[in-house]
Amino acid sequence: MRVTIGEGPVDLSAILDAVADGAHGAAVLFVGSVRRAPEDGPVAAIEYTAYEAMVREEGQRILDEAVERWPGLIVRLHHRVGVVPRGQPSIAVAASTGHRPDAFDAARWVVDEAKRRLPVWKREQFDDGSARWRENADGAPPLDTV
Amino acid sequence: MVCRFFGRYAEAIGREAVTVRIPDGASVRDVVARLREAVEDASCLPDRPLVAVNRMHVLPKHVVQAGDEVAFLPPLAGG
Repeated sequence: MRVTIGEGPVDLSAILDAVADGAHGAAVLFVGSVRRAPEDGPVAAIEYTAYEAMVREEGQRILDEAVERWPGLIVRLHHRVGVVPRGQPSIAVAASTGHRPDAFDAARWVVDEAKRRLPVWKREQFDDGSARWRENADGAPPLDTV
Repeated sequence: MVCRFFGRYAEAIGREAVTVRIPDGASVRDVVARLREAVEDASCLPDRPLVAVNRMHVLPKHVVQAGDEVAFLPPLAGG
Protein backbone atom coordinates (compact mmCIF):
# COMPACT_ATOMS: atom_id res chain seq x y z
CA MET A 1 0.00 0.00 0.00
CA ARG A 2 1.71 3.19 -1.14
CA VAL A 3 -0.78 5.61 0.42
CA THR A 4 -1.65 5.36 4.10
CA ILE A 5 -3.71 7.45 6.47
CA GLY A 6 -4.25 7.06 10.18
CA GLU A 7 -3.99 8.34 13.72
CA GLY A 8 -0.89 8.28 15.87
CA PRO A 9 2.73 9.32 15.39
CA VAL A 10 4.15 8.99 11.88
CA ASP A 11 6.82 6.28 11.54
CA LEU A 12 9.28 8.21 9.39
CA SER A 13 11.87 5.43 9.35
CA ALA A 14 9.35 2.96 7.97
CA ILE A 15 8.29 5.35 5.23
CA LEU A 16 11.88 5.99 4.20
CA ASP A 17 12.76 2.29 4.37
CA ALA A 18 9.83 1.52 2.06
CA VAL A 19 11.44 3.42 -0.83
CA ALA A 20 14.91 1.91 -0.42
CA ASP A 21 16.26 0.25 -3.55
CA GLY A 22 19.76 -0.89 -4.34
CA ALA A 23 19.56 0.68 -7.80
CA HIS A 24 18.56 4.08 -6.45
CA GLY A 25 21.23 6.49 -5.30
CA ALA A 26 18.92 9.17 -3.95
CA ALA A 27 16.04 9.24 -1.48
CA VAL A 28 14.19 12.33 -0.29
CA LEU A 29 11.95 12.39 2.78
CA PHE A 30 9.60 15.36 3.18
CA VAL A 31 8.00 15.86 6.57
CA GLY A 32 5.30 18.45 7.18
CA SER A 33 4.69 19.31 10.83
CA VAL A 34 2.25 21.35 12.87
CA ARG A 35 3.88 24.70 13.44
CA ARG A 36 3.41 27.72 15.63
CA ALA A 37 4.36 30.79 13.64
CA PRO A 38 3.67 34.34 14.89
CA GLU A 39 1.12 34.95 12.12
CA ASP A 40 -0.83 31.80 13.06
CA GLY A 41 -1.51 32.68 16.69
CA PRO A 42 -0.95 30.43 19.70
CA VAL A 43 -1.60 27.10 17.99
CA ALA A 44 -1.40 24.19 20.41
CA ALA A 45 -2.43 21.45 17.98
CA ILE A 46 -4.31 20.80 14.75
CA GLU A 47 -7.14 18.35 14.44
CA TYR A 48 -7.13 16.72 11.01
CA THR A 49 -10.20 15.08 9.52
CA ALA A 50 -10.46 13.44 6.13
CA TYR A 51 -12.60 11.65 3.61
CA GLU A 52 -10.35 8.68 4.15
CA ALA A 53 -11.52 6.39 1.36
CA MET A 54 -10.98 9.19 -1.16
CA VAL A 55 -7.60 10.10 0.34
CA ARG A 56 -6.47 6.55 -0.43
CA GLU A 57 -7.86 6.56 -3.97
CA GLU A 58 -6.86 10.11 -4.94
CA GLY A 59 -3.49 9.65 -3.24
CA GLN A 60 -2.91 6.53 -5.33
CA ARG A 61 -3.80 8.48 -8.48
CA ILE A 62 -1.24 11.13 -7.51
CA LEU A 63 1.46 8.53 -7.00
CA ASP A 64 0.59 6.78 -10.26
CA GLU A 65 0.91 10.11 -12.08
CA ALA A 66 4.26 10.71 -10.36
CA VAL A 67 5.59 7.37 -11.59
CA GLU A 68 4.51 8.28 -15.12
CA ARG A 69 6.48 11.53 -14.81
CA TRP A 70 9.54 9.91 -13.21
CA PRO A 71 9.74 6.29 -14.44
CA GLY A 72 11.30 4.00 -11.86
CA LEU A 73 10.29 6.29 -8.99
CA ILE A 74 9.50 4.55 -5.72
CA VAL A 75 7.23 6.70 -3.58
CA ARG A 76 5.15 6.57 -0.42
CA LEU A 77 2.66 9.03 1.11
CA HIS A 78 1.26 9.09 4.63
CA HIS A 79 -1.20 11.59 6.12
CA ARG A 80 -2.03 11.66 9.79
CA VAL A 81 -5.55 12.34 11.09
CA GLY A 82 -6.80 13.14 14.57
CA VAL A 83 -5.23 15.67 16.92
CA VAL A 84 -1.60 16.38 16.04
CA PRO A 85 0.27 18.39 18.69
CA ARG A 86 2.49 21.30 17.69
CA GLY A 87 5.88 20.12 16.43
CA GLN A 88 4.72 16.67 15.37
CA PRO A 89 4.54 15.47 11.73
CA SER A 90 1.21 15.46 9.95
CA ILE A 91 2.30 14.39 6.47
CA ALA A 92 5.29 12.53 5.06
CA VAL A 93 6.36 11.77 1.50
CA ALA A 94 9.35 9.64 0.61
CA ALA A 95 10.68 9.32 -2.94
CA SER A 96 13.67 7.48 -4.33
CA THR A 97 15.21 7.59 -7.81
CA GLY A 98 18.53 6.95 -9.46
CA HIS A 99 19.82 10.47 -8.91
CA ARG A 100 18.97 13.33 -6.56
CA PRO A 101 17.40 15.88 -8.96
CA ASP A 102 14.53 13.55 -9.78
CA ALA A 103 14.08 12.54 -6.15
CA PHE A 104 13.80 16.19 -5.04
CA ASP A 105 11.50 17.10 -7.93
CA ALA A 106 9.23 14.09 -7.49
CA ALA A 107 8.89 14.51 -3.73
CA ARG A 108 8.00 18.17 -4.12
CA TRP A 109 5.50 17.46 -6.87
CA VAL A 110 3.75 14.79 -4.80
CA VAL A 111 3.54 17.05 -1.74
CA ASP A 112 2.14 19.91 -3.81
CA GLU A 113 -0.46 17.66 -5.46
CA ALA A 114 -1.41 16.14 -2.11
CA LYS A 115 -2.07 19.57 -0.63
CA ARG A 116 -4.06 20.55 -3.72
CA ARG A 117 -6.13 17.39 -4.16
CA LEU A 118 -6.47 15.31 -1.00
CA PRO A 119 -9.75 15.77 0.91
CA VAL A 120 -8.26 16.64 4.28
CA TRP A 121 -9.32 19.43 6.62
CA LYS A 122 -7.72 20.97 9.65
CA ARG A 123 -9.07 22.72 12.68
CA GLU A 124 -6.53 24.70 14.66
CA GLN A 125 -6.73 24.40 18.42
CA PHE A 126 -5.36 27.31 20.42
CA ASP A 127 -3.86 27.58 23.88
CA ASP A 128 -7.03 29.23 25.24
CA GLY A 129 -9.21 26.30 24.13
CA SER A 130 -10.73 28.04 21.11
CA ALA A 131 -10.59 26.50 17.63
CA ARG A 132 -11.08 27.49 14.00
CA TRP A 133 -11.15 25.83 10.59
CA ARG A 134 -8.07 26.62 8.55
CA GLU A 135 -7.61 26.48 4.79
CA ASN A 136 -4.36 26.01 2.88
CA ALA A 137 -3.13 29.23 1.33
CA ASP A 138 -1.83 27.12 -1.55
CA GLY A 139 -4.80 24.76 -1.72
CA ALA A 140 -5.98 25.72 -5.19
CA PRO A 141 -9.35 24.19 -6.06
CA PRO A 142 -8.87 21.38 -8.57
CA LEU A 143 -12.25 21.86 -10.25
CA ASP A 144 -10.95 23.66 -13.29
CA THR A 145 -8.10 21.29 -13.88
CA VAL A 146 -9.73 17.87 -13.84
CA MET B 1 -28.57 9.30 -3.88
CA VAL B 2 -26.35 9.76 -0.83
CA CYS B 3 -24.80 13.19 -0.33
CA ARG B 4 -21.98 13.44 2.18
CA PHE B 5 -20.69 16.53 3.95
CA PHE B 6 -17.35 17.10 5.58
CA GLY B 7 -15.62 19.61 7.81
CA ARG B 8 -17.32 22.96 8.15
CA TYR B 9 -20.18 21.89 5.86
CA ALA B 10 -21.07 18.97 8.13
CA GLU B 11 -20.84 21.28 11.12
CA ALA B 12 -23.13 23.91 9.55
CA ILE B 13 -25.70 21.44 8.22
CA GLY B 14 -25.64 19.41 11.41
CA ARG B 15 -25.16 16.00 9.79
CA GLU B 16 -22.68 14.12 7.70
CA ALA B 17 -24.99 12.66 5.07
CA VAL B 18 -28.46 12.96 3.57
CA THR B 19 -30.34 10.95 0.96
CA VAL B 20 -32.09 12.92 -1.78
CA ARG B 21 -34.05 12.00 -4.91
CA ILE B 22 -32.55 13.46 -8.07
CA PRO B 23 -34.09 13.19 -11.58
CA ASP B 24 -32.26 11.38 -14.36
CA GLY B 25 -29.79 13.56 -16.17
CA ALA B 26 -29.18 15.86 -13.23
CA SER B 27 -25.80 17.50 -12.87
CA VAL B 28 -23.79 18.27 -9.76
CA ARG B 29 -25.03 21.83 -10.12
CA ASP B 30 -28.62 20.52 -9.96
CA VAL B 31 -27.80 18.50 -6.85
CA VAL B 32 -26.52 21.65 -5.12
CA ALA B 33 -29.77 23.46 -5.97
CA ARG B 34 -31.87 20.53 -4.75
CA LEU B 35 -29.99 20.35 -1.47
CA ARG B 36 -30.48 24.07 -0.87
CA GLU B 37 -34.22 23.57 -1.30
CA ALA B 38 -34.60 20.38 0.67
CA VAL B 39 -32.02 20.47 3.45
CA GLU B 40 -32.03 22.98 6.26
CA ASP B 41 -28.79 24.98 6.46
CA ALA B 42 -27.53 23.62 3.11
CA SER B 43 -27.42 27.27 2.05
CA CYS B 44 -23.89 27.15 3.47
CA LEU B 45 -22.84 25.41 0.26
CA PRO B 46 -21.28 27.84 -2.23
CA ASP B 47 -22.47 28.08 -5.83
CA ARG B 48 -19.49 26.03 -7.00
CA PRO B 49 -18.41 23.81 -4.14
CA LEU B 50 -15.67 21.28 -4.56
CA VAL B 51 -17.45 18.01 -5.27
CA ALA B 52 -16.34 14.42 -5.59
CA VAL B 53 -18.50 11.71 -7.11
CA ASN B 54 -17.53 8.17 -6.14
CA ARG B 55 -14.34 9.57 -4.64
CA MET B 56 -13.17 11.45 -7.74
CA HIS B 57 -13.07 15.22 -8.20
CA VAL B 58 -15.65 16.35 -10.77
CA LEU B 59 -16.81 19.54 -12.44
CA PRO B 60 -20.23 21.12 -11.70
CA LYS B 61 -21.50 19.95 -15.09
CA HIS B 62 -20.82 16.30 -14.22
CA VAL B 63 -23.99 14.21 -14.62
CA VAL B 64 -24.75 12.04 -11.62
CA GLN B 65 -26.25 8.56 -11.62
CA ALA B 66 -28.52 6.76 -9.20
CA GLY B 67 -26.39 5.14 -6.53
CA ASP B 68 -23.57 7.67 -6.80
CA GLU B 69 -21.92 8.90 -3.64
CA VAL B 70 -21.72 12.68 -3.95
CA ALA B 71 -19.35 14.35 -1.49
CA PHE B 72 -19.24 18.08 -0.79
CA LEU B 73 -15.71 19.13 0.11
CA PRO B 74 -14.91 22.36 1.95
CA PRO B 75 -11.71 24.11 0.83
CA LEU B 76 -8.94 21.57 1.21
CA ALA B 77 -6.36 21.89 3.95
CA GLY B 78 -4.14 18.83 3.95
CA GLY B 79 -0.49 18.79 4.86
